[in-house]
Amino acid sequence: MANYIPVIGLEIHAQLLTNTKIFCNCEVDFGGEQNTRCCPVCTGLPGTLPVLNSQVVSYAIKGGLALNCDINRFSKIDRKNYFYPDLPKAYQISQFDLPLCIDGKVKIDMGEEEKYIRVHRIHIEEDAGKLVHDDIENASLADYNRCGVPLIEIVSEPDMGSAEEAKAYVEKVAGLLQYAGVSLCRMEEGSLRADVNISLKRPEAAKLGTKVEIKNLNSLKSIVRAIEYEIERQTKMLNAGEEIIQETRRFNDNRGVTTSMRSKEDAHDYRYFKEPDVIPVSITDDDIEAIRKELPMLIDERLDLYTKEYGLNKADSKILVANKEISDLYNESISSYANYKAVANFIVVDLLRYVNEGELDSKNIPFTAAEFAELVKMAEEEVVNKNNAKAILKMMLEGKKSPQQIAKDEGFLMNDSADEIEEVVNGVVSEFTAEVEGYLAGKEKLFGFLMGQCSKRLAGRANPKMIKDILEQKLAKLK
Amino acid sequence: MELCDKSILELRQMLDQKEISSSELTKYYLDRINKIDGQINSYITVCEEEALKTAENADNRIAKGEASALTGIPISIKDNMCTEGIRTTCGSKMLGNFVPPYNATAVSKLLAEDAVILGKVSMDEFAMGGSTQTSYYKKTTNPYDKARVPGGSSGGSAASVAAKLSAASLGSDTGGSIRQPAAFCGITGMKPTYGAVSRFGLVAFASSFDQIGPLAHSAKDCAGILNVISGHDVNDGTSERQKIDFSSKLGKDIKGLKLALPKEFFGDGIDESVKSAVLKAAAEYEKMGAKIVEVSMPSLKYAIAAYYLIASAEASSNLARYDGIKFGYCTPDAKTYDERITRTRKEGFGEEVKRRILLGTYALSSGYYDAYYKKALYVQQKIKAEYKGIFDTCDAIITPTAPTTAYKIGEIEGDPVKMYLADICTVTVNIAGLPALSTTCGYDNAGMPIGMSVVGKAFDDATVLQVADAFETSFKRINPKL
Repeated sequence: MANYIPVIGLEIHAQLLTNTKIFCNCEVDFGGEQNTRCCPVCTGLPGTLPVLNSQVVSYAIKGGLALNCDINRFSKIDRKNYFYPDLPKAYQISQFDLPLCIDGKVKIDMGEEEKYIRVHRIHIEEDAGKLVHDDIENASLADYNRCGVPLIEIVSEPDMGSAEEAKAYVEKVAGLLQYAGVSLCRMEEGSLRADVNISLKRPEAAKLGTKVEIKNLNSLKSIVRAIEYEIERQTKMLNAGEEIIQETRRFNDNRGVTTSMRSKEDAHDYRYFKEPDVIPVSITDDDIEAIRKELPMLIDERLDLYTKEYGLNKADSKILVANKEISDLYNESISSYANYKAVANFIVVDLLRYVNEGELDSKNIPFTAAEFAELVKMAEEEVVNKNNAKAILKMMLEGKKSPQQIAKDEGFLMNDSADEIEEVVNGVVSEFTAEVEGYLAGKEKLFGFLMGQCSKRLAGRANPKMIKDILEQKLAKLK
Repeated sequence: MELCDKSILELRQMLDQKEISSSELTKYYLDRINKIDGQINSYITVCEEEALKTAENADNRIAKGEASALTGIPISIKDNMCTEGIRTTCGSKMLGNFVPPYNATAVSKLLAEDAVILGKVSMDEFAMGGSTQTSYYKKTTNPYDKARVPGGSSGGSAASVAAKLSAASLGSDTGGSIRQPAAFCGITGMKPTYGAVSRFGLVAFASSFDQIGPLAHSAKDCAGILNVISGHDVNDGTSERQKIDFSSKLGKDIKGLKLALPKEFFGDGIDESVKSAVLKAAAEYEKMGAKIVEVSMPSLKYAIAAYYLIASAEASSNLARYDGIKFGYCTPDAKTYDERITRTRKEGFGEEVKRRILLGTYALSSGYYDAYYKKALYVQQKIKAEYKGIFDTCDAIITPTAPTTAYKIGEIEGDPVKMYLADICTVTVNIAGLPALSTTCGYDNAGMPIGMSVVGKAFDDATVLQVADAFETSFKRINPKL
């Protein structure tokens, strides 16, 4: 059996997070009643004209900058012509030869190894509608709500060599677009979809093999499965001496296989030409700089900062940056309490549990970073004990006041009054005479028991070290 | 002088001085349409009820002293401009049942002044043609000779104005569709600078050339209408922000203006009667103190090919939406999507429309794109450059509007190449996006009107109107006999 290297490229379609569609004022939203978010413009009624939503352009540029792209100063809008019932104008307004963004690169992290995937181009385009096939027999229904929803298409170079790399690339692109605030990248809602181009070649071969395109993959899992299936299928064919034909395939999620959609001969001739209804986009250096300024610090920079400056380990750092809101919370928290590890630890161990279990939406954290930092500080400085700190966090998530206030109201504050501790210690010593005598007789283990009794009476509110000191002094006197 | 012979400015005065009400004026025109339109077939839809209602509003407005330039003036609209609640057919079976839920911006602007829309007038199907004989509904005839074509594609507009069945009309011009019928019907028609009037609501033919403009009895009336319908529109990204004052130069002396005559427009293929009438008009301008300069436009020989490639390419895409799914004609009993769309388009479109869709699809197809569409865009740049060269030294250009006067129905419509070549005098203006106007400068032996075109720099529409108006002031037109 010969060995083959997979060569994989991806086209990612990401929905931009604008309020309105790309060429009309219809609202962009997910779900809802069919054909309620469309108008004469996005359904292509005669005489209507597309008017480019300028936010689409700035969001696409912002996404491009997040993916390290160059921005074309002059960009043109084109028509891609094909007949399909979900495409009301029978052409899609897209970009052909002068896209908004070109020549980017995205760093992916494959365990020990880091790798860059080059981004060939990013262009803007309108989404098509949706066909519903099952509602009535022998007919399909068209829902135009999605028509004209703004998309960016991100075309990578064929730089990926495995399904895992493709997955890492999609996750990184999605993360960067989320950081840039230009797309939600929710695959389950269709706001991120991918087409995969894949070919196999012998390690020594200079030329790429014949590529096959797999269309419309809408989950990370199906991207991975489709690629793995396709590698296997093509390997078998090549080993059997068969030729790969250039074609478009679809992935059947249920059966886990790809099947042919159309061959190269049946490929559409899209007859691209300049969209006469939309004037070309001119972008100045100032425009680009203004957009660049709006970008927050991105994933790779944050990782560097966390590991190199803050001394966090790589695993925790990656957990923190996986979610921008969490990473933002961390950054803000350490600005008021600069105990990098303690804050990170509290987020990773305690706070994220609520996020992961779906009890907390990281976009709607009900307390400020300052309040959170305060809580970590209280725990670290043993103003409250660790268990009570966790309890306070839970109450803060339920919307209760500041950590200080909660600790006070709940009686969680450590008691540092030596008099009170001494009183408790005296009480315990006089009550557990047998244990005290045992201890004094050399059963050192009994000290723990006496400590425990004191702590119990103090209800976790006293500093254990203080209890220990006072108890030791007391017992020493009795010796 | 009959009421219908009056200009918009004269009607304005009569309305404002309460010599006549808009309701009376509207009834008068509706009555004329009733009596006369049977001879020329210009109206596809007469909007009697709506017109009378608007007239009433106009009268109220006039009574309050709040009339604007077109308040109460009866106007017809080419049937490719969307009118809310009123069928808009585009001269095609395909849109026979299409009632738009919105107005074209130009129409909205007229209605905002309570201009009275008498009805929707005929046109070549999807504005493709120069004879109005490809209309699925009314094959309009020429008021000067009912055996002849009125020109096209805005033939219904031109004929309705020439026959005085409307005080003015809105037409659209993609390759001469306002100017050529204005010439054939002996009136004035203007295509303003591309982008001056919003295209929103104008059913698209070739988006980069399409432009709405007026057909009326004079350059002055055209200026008045353009002042109302022009201006930037948020619904049209290609509409210009620059506001043009169309009447700013009307009546100003043309002494010293340099008028260019490109020699290629006076060569073979242009009728002698047309040539001599236009040259005679040029001599008139000279008498008025203008300077006549002979210039050259070598790329004119490529203009027809370039125009038909670009316009048809855009049309093939613009007309792809007519698939019988969402609006318009839909073939009955189709079993599959493919069958439905194929039969709908086969049955819904006429021959000329299909010819251009095929031509345009071919021109854009891979393997042919470079040889046809791309070369046509190159010719477009050449033509623009040549116009720029002429306008570096001249103020306006004078050419014939069409190589001939109105021809007999059936004479050349069967020969598409001959039909296309007849657009030679008008298409370069659309290719370059310039303002141009046709006015009547004489009559041939058969008594058919001869059109002369005035072409100006982009956004210098005012000079075009000034030059045309100067000629019109001293030229006496002959009314058609109906």
